[in-house]
Amino acid sequence: MKAVALALVAAAAAAAAAEIAPENRRSGYEFAAPETRAMQDDDSANPGILGVLQGSALWAAKTGTGDRSCADCHGDAPSSMKGVAARYPAFDPALGRPVDLEQRINRCRTEHQGAAPLAWESADLLALTAFVAYQSRGLPIAGSKNAELRPFLDQGSELFHRREGQLNLSCSQCHDDNWGKRLSGAVIPQGHPTGYPVYRLEWQSLGSLQRRLRNCMIGVRAEPFEYGAPEAVALELYLMGRASGMPLETPAVRP
Amino acid sequence: MEARSQSASPTRRVILLAAAGVGVGLASLAPPVSATSAAMEEAIRALVGEATINRGKVRLELPPIVENGNTVPLTVSVESPMTEADHVASIHIFNQKNPQPYVAAFHLGPRAGKAAVSTRIRLADSQQVVAIARLGDGSFWSDSADVIVTLAACAEG
Amino acid sequence: MARVLINLPARAKRGEVIEIKTLIAHPMETGYRVGPIGTAIPRDIINRFVCTYNGAEVFRAELFPAIAANPFIAFFTVATESGEIAFSWTDDHGETQTEVRQITVE
Repeated sequence: MKAVALALVAAAAAAAAAEIAPENRRSGYEFAAPETRAMQDDDSANPGILGVLQGSALWAAKTGTGDRSCADCHGDAPSSMKGVAARYPAFDPALGRPVDLEQRINRCRTEHQGAAPLAWESADLLALTAFVAYQSRGLPIAGSKNAELRPFLDQGSELFHRREGQLNLSCSQCHDDNWGKRLSGAVIPQGHPTGYPVYRLEWQSLGSLQRRLRNCMIGVRAEPFEYGAPEAVALELYLMGRASGMPLETPAVRP
Repeated sequence: MEARSQSASPTRRVILLAAAGVGVGLASLAPPVSATSAAMEEAIRALVGEATINRGKVRLELPPIVENGNTVPLTVSVESPMTEADHVASIHIFNQKNPQPYVAAFHLGPRAGKAAVSTRIRLADSQQVVAIARLGDGSFWSDSADVIVTLAACAEG
Repeated sequence: MARVLINLPARAKRGEVIEIKTLIAHPMETGYRVGPIGTAIPRDIINRFVCTYNGAEVFRAELFPAIAANPFIAFFTVATESGEIAFSWTDDHGETQTEVRQITVE
């Protein structure tokens, strides 16, 4: 991993993009204001928990031509879904590429429930994803050793380190080189997806990691990835690997 | 954001300051950051009429710097035994620079036990927020807070 | 039916002052946001919140667009007797959603 990153840095001939040393990695939680952290910490006041509640109801609801609920196959979510979100995106052998949690849920719906897939960023998809991810809250994000993911991790890494957009900035330049500093009033975090789906105050709702990445790309005036694009998933995969070992916080609250 | 006449005319400001309480010096009407806007003054006037607005008893807690104006935690509390004879009847929150001066009105009474309410508000810009409590005896007490609102980086627009 | 989170103690001593925290899912559309074709998205908020204790009103709030989405309201009340504490949210269309919780006061 480190050899790949160094090679990329040399190839790009950009300013030194140093990976954050494992002991210096910090969740976006630590860069948020005290009142934002307080909102996340209190389950009776965290607006993301409303999404988790909604997801809990959807988990039990029968749907599709199969008239089956998630619970019919997966039973009790706190046990069956424990650890799942922490190892996504995961390799899907049938598709031959990684899928993220939202895509996995939709594949379950189409393949096993005979139900239509839920639209990206729809309240229901966010709620179900939040509910599943909530079952891994507190667990460390698992870096995958699966060899089949190697090419996609490399693709994600390349995307993270390449300059893009009218502002010609790479993710790495802000989130590896300048985390902790300010970008017009807001503190730049390290960009670890530790709490997705996240309740972003800017959105006033839950939102996915892909939505957040699109926001970043719009921020540097680049054309954002379409929802579900392979590049988007590769980048998600890389980011989760970069955050490997950090505890999941879903539903996190961020500015 | 719509343009609006900012500070009140000097004469009106003097009257407002004079009405703000016997024995209350100008210094304790701080913070001097900005004058109350016309809309907020009008809304406050509609609530209190000609009555004096006393400083004290009320504590308005807002973070001095806010990282997103969409969700700003606010706590307002009033020192009061909350008995039938001496209690807080209502607490009214006003803001200076949003499109509307009203934020919320909370109606309490002796059954509240404690005059303290927390909520989350929206602030369109850095501005002053004012809390006015009406006690059971008809008197008004207030506190204010100045908030600096910063914007999130990398949003949709 | 919007999702709701209500936090209050199930039991309390008579006369004890208890804190109640409420959170309801609602976008609280201000009426000032402009949609994709340039027209304002109409206002649609919860404008009233009432808490009753065995039928008697113990707390009421009038809410305006300046209240944040997914309104959070925390307040206090005296635990006077066992019974039902009811929470009602009313929106701009006049529709009300009510949730009820039991409390045991000894």
